[in-house]
Amino acid sequence: MRDLTSELLELVRFTSTNLPPDVEKALRAAYEREAPGSAARGALETILKNVEMTRRNSTPICQDTGTPIFFVRYPEGYSPRRLREQIKAAVAEATKKSYLRPNAVDSLSGKNTGNNLGDEHFPTIHFEETDGDTLTVELMLKGGGCENVGAQYSLPDNTLKAGRDLEGVRRAVLDAVWKAQGEGCAPGFLGVSIGGDRGSSYVASKEALLRPVDDTNPDPELAALENRLTQEANQLGIGPMGFGGEASVLGTKITATHRLPASFFVTISYMCWAYRRRKMIVTGDQVTYE
Amino acid sequence: MPVQVNLPISDDVIRSLQVGDSVLLSGVMITGRDAVHKWLVDTFIKKTRPPAGDDLAVYEAIRPLLNGGVIYHCGPVVAGLDTKEYRFVAAGPTTSIREEPYQGDVFRHFNAKGAIGKGGMGPKTLQACQEVPAVYFHAIGGAAALIAESVKRVLGVYKLDFGVPEAIWVIEVKDFPAVVTMDAHGNSLHETVRRQSKAVLDQLIP
Repeated sequence: MRDLTSELLELVRFTSTNLPPDVEKALRAAYEREAPGSAARGALETILKNVEMTRRNSTPICQDTGTPIFFVRYPEGYSPRRLREQIKAAVAEATKKSYLRPNAVDSLSGKNTGNNLGDEHFPTIHFEETDGDTLTVELMLKGGGCENVGAQYSLPDNTLKAGRDLEGVRRAVLDAVWKAQGEGCAPGFLGVSIGGDRGSSYVASKEALLRPVDDTNPDPELAALENRLTQEANQLGIGPMGFGGEASVLGTKITATHRLPASFFVTISYMCWAYRRRKMIVTGDQVTYE
Repeated sequence: MPVQVNLPISDDVIRSLQVGDSVLLSGVMITGRDAVHKWLVDTFIKKTRPPAGDDLAVYEAIRPLLNGGVIYHCGPVVAGLDTKEYRFVAAGPTTSIREEPYQGDVFRHFNAKGAIGKGGMGPKTLQACQEVPAVYFHAIGGAAALIAESVKRVLGVYKLDFGVPEAIWVIEVKDFPAVVTMDAHGNSLHETVRRQSKAVLDQLIP
């Protein structure tokens, strides 16, 4: 197995500094919808300028470079242990190069490790062995502002009149969007997981955010709910940065996983507009990024 | 057109600012977020812990900067950490509501004229804004490179042992862009949006 540290460093740099085209496209469309002269339109104009600037200058889009969350799919023959070492080395080097802010803080002492390496959960790395001979490493950088407004509901929820069905899911998601207001750096994107246990549901809600902004859920019922939730979230009028306006949520991605008979969780991961996720694909000697 | 606001800010200027005003801030300010606010309140305002180490020296150094000044809720990406020739690479605002328990007391204690952050703050801070007077400046969350361009110089740093994001960075800014979303007259854009969006929510999920 070859050493991929420098290729992984490039993945981190690319993710932190270069917003994916599907996200930028959604932001541009949102900008067009806001009223000329409004604070909402001004905010989106600033955001789009910032996106162009960081792509050009190779600097972080946002100073909160977030939790580095890696999703690794490796073919037989790769060593997850060695990949982990290489990922950690790349993350530490990216921090030295100012592509990442030192973000790993000891929860007891309050001490920042200074290099983004914490315990075995920081950075977060999910491994999955796959068929074929292609290694893919997806990286999501998720900032604290949007992570803090994520929410998990256990249905039924009496105060929301949310039962164990898709109408209950809808109620929970809209409640979470309202509670978030502009604090998660709206306009945001919603990753929603139905089912699972508390832990797996949060992971699934983040995995849902790996989907392209403009794709369609293969399940027609979930596809319809995704569209409806995006539309209704925007009716709330929270707007960019919570300034009021048309664009509060630019996309909703829902996934359903199996659950216990006793549990029905709805988990919402809110992603800020700085929706940083990129992929590295390794086949033989060839390494590409998208 | 944005209003040019120079630091330190007089009470007259603060009172003239209204919710919705775009401003360009210029002058010297300090950053401070979760660790700094808790440290200031515990050590110098509520005095639940005695000053230790360089606490008193840092307090004396930042007092004149906060008097008439503003505190920026920001945990920057900083280059030049090894050479101490510091440069802000990315420096957008962090979510301000976490400082809600502390902010009003910090404004009063230091006669600070405002905070810069994102997401807005709550009733305690709005109350202090009316008393001191002070305002809340909303910067564009995530616009980190653009805002870093307005940071002309890093003049120094205190409490680096809090970590790079949590340290007190003393910076000179020119035309730092922000929008007033809470003013000294009791108005809060965040309160308005929250109320209006709640009415819509109640219709969507009756």
